[in-house]
Amino acid sequence: MTTAHEVRAYPFSEPDRLTLDPTYARLRTQEPLSRVQFPLGEPAWLATRYHDVRTVLADPRFSRALAKTRDQPRTHPDEHLDDGLVGMDAPDHARLRKLVARAFTGRRVELMRADTERIVEGLADTMVEQGGPFEMVENFAIPVPVTVISEMLGVPAADRPQLRGWSEAMVSTTALPWEEMERNAKELFAYIGTLVAERRRNPTEDLLGALVKTRDEDGDRLSEEELVMHVTGGLLITGTETTASQIPNFLYALLSHRDQWELLCAHPELVPRAVEELVRWIPLNYSAMFARYALEDVQFGDVTVKAGEPVLGSVASANRDPEIFEDPDRLDLTREHNPHIGFGHGPHHCLGAQLARMELQSVLSTLITRFPTLDFADGEDGVIWKQGMLVRGPKKLRVVW
Amino acid sequence: MSRWAIAVDRTVCIGASVCANYAPEHFELRAGKSHPRVATTDPDEAVLDTAETCPVSAITVHDTDSGALLAPEE
Repeated sequence: MTTAHEVRAYPFSEPDRLTLDPTYARLRTQEPLSRVQFPLGEPAWLATRYHDVRTVLADPRFSRALAKTRDQPRTHPDEHLDDGLVGMDAPDHARLRKLVARAFTGRRVELMRADTERIVEGLADTMVEQGGPFEMVENFAIPVPVTVISEMLGVPAADRPQLRGWSEAMVSTTALPWEEMERNAKELFAYIGTLVAERRRNPTEDLLGALVKTRDEDGDRLSEEELVMHVTGGLLITGTETTASQIPNFLYALLSHRDQWELLCAHPELVPRAVEELVRWIPLNYSAMFARYALEDVQFGDVTVKAGEPVLGSVASANRDPEIFEDPDRLDLTREHNPHIGFGHGPHHCLGAQLARMELQSVLSTLITRFPTLDFADGEDGVIWKQGMLVRGPKKLRVVW
Repeated sequence: MSRWAIAVDRTVCIGASVCANYAPEHFELRAGKSHPRVATTDPDEAVLDTAETCPVSAITVHDTDSGALLAPEE
């Protein structure tokens, strides 16, 4: 590459509800690999086209683990960003991921569907009892994933509200001071330590019990730090905040596209497809994150990413690439061809994707069946949004029906 | 020694390429979906791990002698 690339400040703008900054569309056409400068870390390449983003995420010529040794591009000084599976390459990554992956396969998740539906129906009963206006984030969206992942891991019901607080703090970017995030991380890991100790005394059949057993019988496969921080801590955080944010994001998207809500109410069989389309259309992450470092020179069109340089792939931009998706900015629940990468791609493809799909399907099915007249209580503009988090989502969304 | 048969259900595969990353000698992506590079292989723990790790359980491993399903675990 001979011409110098303009280095753009990134993220391009502050998050604004669920809108995607128009710069992505421009870059896809004019400069598919561009130079960006995050608030922290070294300058990086940003990939915006679908195929390029998939290459960045899946090609073994790119490493996640290398990021630990570098001043990696990031939005805030989170030293825990690379804790856990997302900071690893094969073979360490494969060794740890497989210990938990079997609990999250489609088949295992199907066995949890009936229980999840019961949890969701119970929350819908509460809506009916309390009547509208009903605040959906605290009272509906958060309890669903927190209850599901807690039951999987074996977190007692009384501890779950605290768990949710820790989880939220860990994905905060500027919403909380750095020291506050650190304190929350320490508390969460200390808490997991007590759960682990309990299972050493009294073995359990839940996922955490199984992990403790693996750790104690075969210490080479799982260290104590990996057990507490990387695996269990990672599952609790990623298993709650993302789904807890997507549920009100789904509601916002559907209620602000009333025709799509009505369509879904009339055709409940569209629910699985609707979940895929909403995951595609909603730019859940506020920005591209988790830089990959090139292990050798990699060519993207006329741009060479040199060995040792960081690249980020924008999933949100890839999911709006008109080369792949017809009329990509349109939310279309009937979309048939939808190979979105909303759950990522490659070795770090969301471990909990099938679980998230099942939870989101249960939520949509229940809401359209029981509350077809659902609407914003305070209008579309009355929704209050989270600020300074890694993922977008309403902080308060009140509904009536 | 028995051999293991590897199969990928391409109607289920979403092309996440977890397998091609974990066991590149056994799996590759063709037209966006996973494809076993070999129909059978000598027993190799990495193949079982990969089958267990597939996000949509599209990979199955059978023992060619006994026909027993080795992965994913039921």
